[in-house]
Amino acid sequence: MAEEKKVVRKVIETSKDMGRFMKDYYYELNEAATTGSRKIAWCTSVGPTELLRAMGFLVYFPETHGAMLGSTRTATDMIPAANALGYSPEICSYLTADVGAYLNKFTPLSKAYPGIETVPKPDVLVFNTNQCRDVQDWFAYYAREYNVPMIGIHTNRSVTDVNDPIVDDVAKQIENLVKPLEEISGNPFDMDKFKEVVGLSRQCSDRWKDVLETTTAKPSPMTFFDSSTLMGPAVVGRGTQIAVELYEKLLAELKDKVAKKDAAVEGERFRIYWDGMPVWGRLSAHSKLFAGLKANVLASTYCSSWIFTALEADDPFRSMARAYTELFIVRSDDYKEQYIKDKLERFGIDGIIYHDARTCPNNSNCRYGMVKRVEALSGVPSLTIDGDLCDMRCVSDEQTKTKVEAFIEQLDELKG
Amino acid sequence: MSQPVFLGIDLGASRTKVALLDSSKNLIGRAVQNSGTNYTRTAEVCLEAALEMAGAGMDDIVAGIGTGYGRSNVPFVGDTKTEIACHGKGCFHYFPHAVSIIDIGGQDNKIIKLSDAGLRTEFKMNRKCAAGTGAFLEEMSLRLNIPLEAMNDQAKQSTEMVKLGSYCTVFSGTEVLENIRNGKKVEDIVKGLFFSVIKRVLEMDSLSENVVMTGGVVAHNPYLVSMAEEIIGRSISVPPYPQFSGAIGAALFAMNLN
Repeated sequence: MAEEKKVVRKVIETSKDMGRFMKDYYYELNEAATTGSRKIAWCTSVGPTELLRAMGFLVYFPETHGAMLGSTRTATDMIPAANALGYSPEICSYLTADVGAYLNKFTPLSKAYPGIETVPKPDVLVFNTNQCRDVQDWFAYYAREYNVPMIGIHTNRSVTDVNDPIVDDVAKQIENLVKPLEEISGNPFDMDKFKEVVGLSRQCSDRWKDVLETTTAKPSPMTFFDSSTLMGPAVVGRGTQIAVELYEKLLAELKDKVAKKDAAVEGERFRIYWDGMPVWGRLSAHSKLFAGLKANVLASTYCSSWIFTALEADDPFRSMARAYTELFIVRSDDYKEQYIKDKLERFGIDGIIYHDARTCPNNSNCRYGMVKRVEALSGVPSLTIDGDLCDMRCVSDEQTKTKVEAFIEQLDELKG
Repeated sequence: MSQPVFLGIDLGASRTKVALLDSSKNLIGRAVQNSGTNYTRTAEVCLEAALEMAGAGMDDIVAGIGTGYGRSNVPFVGDTKTEIACHGKGCFHYFPHAVSIIDIGGQDNKIIKLSDAGLRTEFKMNRKCAAGTGAFLEEMSLRLNIPLEAMNDQAKQSTEMVKLGSYCTVFSGTEVLENIRNGKKVEDIVKGLFFSVIKRVLEMDSLSENVVMTGGVVAHNPYLVSMAEEIIGRSISVPPYPQFSGAIGAALFAMNLN
C-alpha cells in the first residue's frame, strides 16, 4: 500500500517570542479590564489603532479573537448561537463565531491564558469599514450589549487611485474621532505622542514588509502558514516599540536561514501564492499537505495586508488615511489584478491558490472572474478551493486534498 | 500463459474499479463493485475478478497505481495519483488530442482540459455539493421509487420534459414530489433530472472544441451524452469503457513506474 508521507514542520525560533508577546498582550488587557486601571478600545484590525494608543487606550481586536476561535476549531460550535439570534450563516464567521462565543460565555483565551475568564470589556468600539461592512455590524451588536459608544470611519471602496479627495475625506473622519475619544478616555489629545505612535507603526510595518520579502529567496525560509501566525504583533502591536523589536529579531533569523539556504519546505519544488483568508482550523493540516508535495505557499495577499508604507509620523492623520485606504481589500479589480501579477513575478510563483471563503466575500477574489483575468495577465495557473475562515461546515478536507494534489501534479507536468 | 500486467485501481466514493492492461496497453481485465465500507477487501475482491477475466495471477502484476477517494487505502500498489490525473491519462489514451473531459462520478464532477500533448492545462471539481453527481440520481431514484438502472430508458420515453429549478439535491427532491402531486409523468420528471445533472456540470467551466464524457453515470445512462450534445451543439466522444477511465489511466501511470 502506498504510504502517506509524514511531514515535519520546521520551527521558527522567534515564534516563541511572538507567543510571549501575545500572552503579555492579553494579560495586560485582562488586568486593565478587571481592575479598571486603563480604558479599553475595541478596534477593527485595520482601524485607527495609532490614534487609540496615542489617546492612552489599550486596544483589543475582536478579529484576532475570531481567528483564535477558528484556529482552536471552537468556532463551529459557537456560530449556531449567533445564527439563532438572527445573524445569517452566510455572513462573516468571525462575527458569528465571536457573537456566539459571547452568548455561550466562552473564550479560547481562558485555555490559552489561565486566569482570563472573558474578553476585555470595552469602553469604546472603533471601526473602519475598509475591511467590510460586517465589522461595523459586529461592533454595533457589542455597542448595544455593553451600552458603550461606537464610533468609526467609513472608507471609500473599490478605489483605483488613492487621490487627495479620498485621503482628505478619511483623514477628516479620523480627526473627528479625537473629540469623543478625549471624552471617553479623559485624556487630552497629544500630537507629539500621536506622531511617535504613527512613527513606530510605520517601523513595524517596514520590518514586517522586510520579513515577508525574505520569502523571495529560493528556497524560501518561511511559509504562509508561519506568517499567518507571526503577523500577530503587526495586527495587535503596531505603534509599539516591542513589535518593532520582535520583527527585527525575526528578520535576522530569516536572513540567517536565507544565507544558509535553510528551506521552510525541504526540497522546495513549487512556489505557491495564496489569495484570501487562511482556513484557520486547517492551518497545520494545509501546511503539511503542501509541504508533503514539496510545495511552499510562501506569499499571500492576506499577510501583506499589514504593510502600511504610506504612514508618516510628520503627517499622521493624512498618512493614516492614505495607508488604510491603500489596502488591497479596499481597491478596484483593476488594481488588484495588477497587484497580484506583480507579486507573482516578484516571488517567482508557479501557481496560485484562491481560497473561496464562504462567509468572506470581501476577501474572496475568485467570484467575479478575476481568476481567469489574472491567469490571462500572468500566465500562472490557479486553483480555487472552497472553504471558510472559521466555519468548518463549509470545508471538505478530501475535496481540498484531491484538488491540491491534482494541482501540484499539473504544475509538475508543466515543469516537465 | 504468464504475461506482464499493469494494474490500476480507482477506489471511488461509490464504486471501486479495477483495470488491468497488458504491455501493449490493451485492457485485458476489468471489474467494478460498490466500494462499501471495507476498502481493502473491496479492492481485493475486484482485483480477483479482473485477474480472472485477464487469465492472470497476482505474480503477473508488474506495477500498480491507486487513485480515487480511497487511494490511500488501496493495497497492492506502489504509488497513488489523483483521479484528475488518471482520468486525463485514461482519456488521452483513446483520444490523443486537445480535449475537455467531462467526468461524472458518484460524488464528484470534473471538467479536465488537456493540451495536444496530453498535458493538463486546467481542471474544475464541483463544490462541496452533490448537485450534478451520481449521488443526485441515486437520491432521486429513491424518491421516485424506480431502480437506478431503469432511469435511462425512462428518460428516453419522455415527450414533455419537466424542468427542475433547484440547485440543491434535497430541494430538487421536494420539487420532484411536487411534480408527482401535480400529475406529471415519471418519464418526464426523469428527463428533467437528467437535464439538471447536465446543466449543473456544464456550468462548471467552458469547453474546448473536442469533448469527451466519462464516468459511471455516463456508462449507465448514455442518454445523458445525447442530451449534453444537444445543449452544447456538437458531438461528444465516449471511450469504450467510460466507467474505467480513471482505473485505465492509473494502469497507464503504472507502466511509467516500471
